[in-house]
Amino acid sequence: MINIPALRWGKPYESLDKDEVVHFETGEKLAQVSQANAGIIQRDMRKASRARAALREIPAGELIKMVRTAAELYMTADLPLGDGTQGPDDFVRYQSATTGLPEHMCRANMEKNRFVLDRMDQVLESLTRGLDLDILGRGHGIEERGVPLSFQAQADVLGLVLPSNSPGVHTLWMPVIPLQVGLVFKPGPQEPWTPYRMTEAFYQAGVPREAISIYPGGPDAGAAVLGACERSLIFGGKPTVDQYRADPKVQAHGPGFSKILLGDDVVDNWEKYLDLMVDSVLVNSGRSCISCSGIWASRHTREIATAMAERMAGVAPKPTNDPESALAAFTVPGAAKAISGMIDQQLTASGVEDMTAVRPDGGDRLVEMERCDYLRPTVVHCSSPEPEIANTEYMFPFVSVVECSQDQMLGRIGETLIGSVISGDESLRAAALNATHIDRLNLGAVPTIQLNWLQPHEGNIIDFLYRNRAYQEADL
Amino acid sequence: MTIDDRIAAEKAKLDEHVREIVRWHFDPETGTPFWLDFASKLDFDPRTDINTFDDLNRFPSFQDEWLRGGPVRRWVPKAFADKPIYVFETGGTTGLPKSRIAIDDFRTDYEMFSETLPDDKFPLGSNWLMLGPSGPRRLRLAVEHMCQHRGGICFCIDLDPRWVIQLMKKGWNEHLEAYKKHVIDQAVKILKGGHEIKAMFATPKLLESLCEALEDQGTSLAECGVLGIFSGGTEFTPQWTRFATEELLEGIYMTPTYGNTLMGLAASRPVTAEEDYKITYYAPQPRAVLQIVDPDEPSQVVGYGETGRVKLTTLTKELFVPGFLERDEGEREEPYEAYPWDGVSGVRPFQKFADSTTVGVY
Repeated sequence: MINIPALRWGKPYESLDKDEVVHFETGEKLAQVSQANAGIIQRDMRKASRARAALREIPAGELIKMVRTAAELYMTADLPLGDGTQGPDDFVRYQSATTGLPEHMCRANMEKNRFVLDRMDQVLESLTRGLDLDILGRGHGIEERGVPLSFQAQADVLGLVLPSNSPGVHTLWMPVIPLQVGLVFKPGPQEPWTPYRMTEAFYQAGVPREAISIYPGGPDAGAAVLGACERSLIFGGKPTVDQYRADPKVQAHGPGFSKILLGDDVVDNWEKYLDLMVDSVLVNSGRSCISCSGIWASRHTREIATAMAERMAGVAPKPTNDPESALAAFTVPGAAKAISGMIDQQLTASGVEDMTAVRPDGGDRLVEMERCDYLRPTVVHCSSPEPEIANTEYMFPFVSVVECSQDQMLGRIGETLIGSVISGDESLRAAALNATHIDRLNLGAVPTIQLNWLQPHEGNIIDFLYRNRAYQEADL
Repeated sequence: MTIDDRIAAEKAKLDEHVREIVRWHFDPETGTPFWLDFASKLDFDPRTDINTFDDLNRFPSFQDEWLRGGPVRRWVPKAFADKPIYVFETGGTTGLPKSRIAIDDFRTDYEMFSETLPDDKFPLGSNWLMLGPSGPRRLRLAVEHMCQHRGGICFCIDLDPRWVIQLMKKGWNEHLEAYKKHVIDQAVKILKGGHEIKAMFATPKLLESLCEALEDQGTSLAECGVLGIFSGGTEFTPQWTRFATEELLEGIYMTPTYGNTLMGLAASRPVTAEEDYKITYYAPQPRAVLQIVDPDEPSQVVGYGETGRVKLTTLTKELFVPGFLERDEGEREEPYEAYPWDGVSGVRPFQKFADSTTVGVY
């Protein structure tokens, strides 16, 4: 069993409180993780300015090179982890064993992280719209057309309260080190692996140790990170997002309610988009805010739902190391059963039908095993947008196919992180462009799970960390 | 006398105390109206059939719901009907608070606890700061009494924990922070006001905030003259103690306590770095008894070192509470020289309730 300390500005700290991370299928104890109490975090944050100061001593271009080196190390190297070392294969095995995500999906997430790290210069150029990054470090400069400009960091460090069940979120914070802002992690209890591995990769690549802290812990630790950091990201459910919605210090990421909208001009050819729709729901086991939870069209909805059910109803749990495994396990006892019960309750509403009620193997949606549970893909047809289930998201491949006239569609879809609007109808496309409740807009046949890493996600991280302000200089 | 002899002697003393207290509360002349009424529904006579501590298992578990609502006088023993009565409350953020009556128990309990405090760290005659909840709470009066008992004058602050819980439930984080600052500002003013405060009570969260606030002002608790702190609550863990000792207190002596409105204060064995800051509490027997029991069979204590739910029995002439199952769990600990009866370590919220319990709000 690996003994993993907290990291206080790069210095290991072994706590008297330790949490055991266990294999969800076998119960094997994989790691013992030191838990940080809130007071430690609050005290350490008094020294947060040192993290940024250490990073500002290194030019942004150098930091980008270090990040690129870190990408390679993250993918291939044996890196220190607590009192042991961990190679990439073990990383995948451990991450899968504690999060329930199949190993091939963990590898895909690794690849996604590497992709972003490796192209950090392009990502930052895109997010800053070509700003000379040294201006961020220096605080002021002259842009190409001769206009003075100034950016002020709003925080010395970015706090991150990370989830346990979704290793796909890490790409969001990866640009932060080259922006010369430190990182303060509160990892999810079941997923300490990525923050520790990435941190060690950064260290080995030359990033100063004092730029990063990792504080595993309970809810108190998360609250302390949010309270003590001037800027933080938190990942959670809708109540978490609602709680922090008005807090300018916190960017809350929760359910995406991502959707595909089929315009009247294409819906008669819906079969053409069936693969796209299935992929949007099924990839990464539906365990992502970018996974599609709603398909909206004015007609053929029952046929679409039937076809999707035919494609997905037979998907069943497989061993996590099976490359064909499409479903992630629910490792928290009772969680899958509770979700399935909520769906059953929602299915009693008028105009709602479970198109996956009968599966080819005769099995049920809920698969209960000795140490974990699974939920099999579920496709629901809604004859109108009225039922609650028409706009619901769950952490497994679940989708509602909703019948709604095109002229009402944008008005009824509600908050939508990814909106893939498949239509050539210019009025619909223009309305979608103006719809402020759609965050990332895809016009055309783009799966919701296909991200362009050169685009901002739920707000631009540059705008969150830096403020563009007025600046003038004159002779004394 | 060997430790085994002392354990046996204490057990005999406890049994005798049980007989005295049960007879007092169930005697029609002196007894408590609630228990006299309760006895009429029992299939045994407490005055003749309860002769040992173990016999108390014949009572059903005490339900704290019985303490909600009035009339409060049903808890006043007839023998004390003419005495001045205090009422202390616990809970009450939503719904009716639980209330218990008191006459002198809080004074007696805290005078007993006072005997456990080292005089060089809590100097006799020195003034105290009570940095904890105010309002209808036992703690505020009890700490003030203990300070007076030791010859000092106690400074207090205003702190309404029910409002703090409301703020947390509403997610009004900004207001929560502002209220915390309001509380700490009061404490800083007192500490810097020339009142020669050398000792204090503080909850772990407030102690952290106070130290941070003083540091922001370029000073510290030690520089303000504080020598000793007593604190309490399930947040008072070994790790927190280590953190406070190593990083906050600059050598100030701190001792943990465990208690609530229904009991006196359980004192701790000396807490040392050598024992990884392990905290073991011992109840003030025979006035109160802590047992660690099987959650599914509360009449059965677990083995030494094993985990169980904390069960509290209060045995004073003012209050009889047989077998109240606390919302905490911990490990059963062996008796030792200073306390020749069972102790409890690792106290934390009972796992079954942990998700729904709000701890350490102040």
